[in-house]
Amino acid sequence: MRKITDMAKTAACLAAAAVTGQLLDSFGFVNPYWVQIFQLGCIMTISALGLNIIYGFTGLFSLGHAAFYGIGAYTAAYVMKSSGGESHLLFLAALAAGVACSALVACLVGLPVLRLTSDYLGIATLGFGIIMKVLFDNADGVLPILGGARGMTGLAKMTTVAWTIAVLGIAMIFVRNIVRSSYGRALVSIREDEIAARAIGIATFRYKLAGFVIGCGLAGLAGGLYAHLYAFLHPSNFDFFKSVDVLVIVVLGGLGNLSGTLAASFGWILLLEVLRVALPPGYMELRWVLIPVLLIVTMLLRPQGLFGSREIRFFRDGLDS
Amino acid sequence: MILSIENVYVYYGNMLALRDVSLHVKRGEIVSLIGANGAGKSTVLRSISGILAPRAGRILFNGEDISGLPAHKIARMGLSHVPEGRGVFANLTVFENLEMGGYARRSDLEVREGIEEVFSLFPRLKERRSQMAGTLSGGEQQMLAIGRAMVSRPDLMLLDEPSMGLSPLLVGEIFDMIEEVNRGGVAILLVEQNAFAAFSIAQRAYVLETGHVAMHGDTNELRNQPGVQAAYLGVVPGGG
Ligand SMILES: Nc1ncnc2c1ncn2[C@@H]1O[C@H](COP(=O)(O)OP(=O)(O)OP(=O)(O)O)[C@@H](O)[C@H]1O
Ligand SMILES: [Mg+2]
Repeated sequence: MRKITDMAKTAACLAAAAVTGQLLDSFGFVNPYWVQIFQLGCIMTISALGLNIIYGFTGLFSLGHAAFYGIGAYTAAYVMKSSGGESHLLFLAALAAGVACSALVACLVGLPVLRLTSDYLGIATLGFGIIMKVLFDNADGVLPILGGARGMTGLAKMTTVAWTIAVLGIAMIFVRNIVRSSYGRALVSIREDEIAARAIGIATFRYKLAGFVIGCGLAGLAGGLYAHLYAFLHPSNFDFFKSVDVLVIVVLGGLGNLSGTLAASFGWILLLEVLRVALPPGYMELRWVLIPVLLIVTMLLRPQGLFGSREIRFFRDGLDS
Repeated sequence: MILSIENVYVYYGNMLALRDVSLHVKRGEIVSLIGANGAGKSTVLRSISGILAPRAGRILFNGEDISGLPAHKIARMGLSHVPEGRGVFANLTVFENLEMGGYARRSDLEVREGIEEVFSLFPRLKERRSQMAGTLSGGEQQMLAIGRAMVSRPDLMLLDEPSMGLSPLLVGEIFDMIEEVNRGGVAILLVEQNAFAAFSIAQRAYVLETGHVAMHGDTNELRNQPGVQAAYLGVVPGGG
């Protein structure tokens, strides 16, 4: 019974947050610039939570996260645009298609490479990311609607504040319930010692594959939201450096720490904006000096991630504990 | 007969690691497997628990041929392997480690009972139940590794050098606990460098030399063999 009331309470809070956020935005109480930064932070969090499951909890080193983000983005965009509709129901279907497509590709990629050790997985996912970038660049050859290297334009701006908050909320609850379950502890035990995990009866390969697929599915979900935020997609949004961004966020926030991922995602988006505004024109490239310096300092000061092993209350307990 | 290994050959790549190894463990027995560094003791355990697959020969567990089955399936049949270096999950708490022990095989209730049993056998673990396993001392980690294996209530437990890196006092303590586990009906195959300690609790032993069983028999008899004394019990030949 307690669980049901808890769930109802969480759902009510989430709905309230989504509605409030939407009203604040719709009536112009908040500067649209900040609204967009907030939404980008939410989207980044969803994607980074996915990578945290893959790398932080299961210990699978992936350098191709942005490719799955891109697959979700292009799939959702394709569904929306080719059907020509703008209904919320259609958007829901488009997001679902993005998740499904990312997850399916993750499964196909994971089946051969997850049998390898983690370092090889890093190389394999890196290669996969590069291949996907080339495919995005040339996608117009097969499906002109995708735009290829010119970018995909004319998408519906479906990603409202309410959608963003609701999807982030659901993703957070979903991830929390996974990692705080015995299933999540099985993933952690694989990260800690794969041989020992097998020796206590965990079908490690199956679990690794599931963790990878779930994490990539979340990237695909984030991609679908992203595609319909600016209504414009370009392959450069999904290149290798974008994969590194997410990796940096997950490491900074702390491997296996959800609160850290949340904070680091928003922190990262803010930082990029601050630097964009603060740096004099012509010195933009200095970003790529300042950010690494900041990273090194942070890692020296907080090698365990921003929060160490502490979590905010929301992330602490799952359904079964 | 709970375990019987028949003419097993195991390779790492194309290097022969076990040559025609046969051994068996009877129900309720403690059997020890001793041998020098690199003799292949851990390889024997890895082949039994399915981490390695033998290239030839058969491994029967409870009468069923398990050679070539994946490790997690073998574990679910009631065979627990406590690997060399213990393999506790460093970033899970003591309690969570124990829970994981019953993850694949036991209901929640059985797991809770199993954990209570482990706590009564190893009170030190109970005191540290919320501590991260990685911060335990070496001896405590060994207790945890054995405890975690116990929670699944196996029929057979494979222990790989439980005395490694422990003080003589602690070795005694751990071995008492192994005997205690055995009294609960669990057969044990115990790999040890410390033949002296192993012989004190095992009824029978096998001596492995470069991937081959060189000798086997009752520990009482083996203890008096000059070859065993010189090589494994630190008795100087001709002296004393
Ligand atoms: N993964 C591996 N790849 C290749 N060779 C291996 C591997 N593991 C072990 N070996 C070799 O197989 C032989 C037997 O190793 P094993 O670990 O079984 O020895 P051991 O008797 O357990 O030794 P120790 O007492 O030092 O633990 C050794 O020569 C070792 O070098
Ligand atoms: Mg060994």
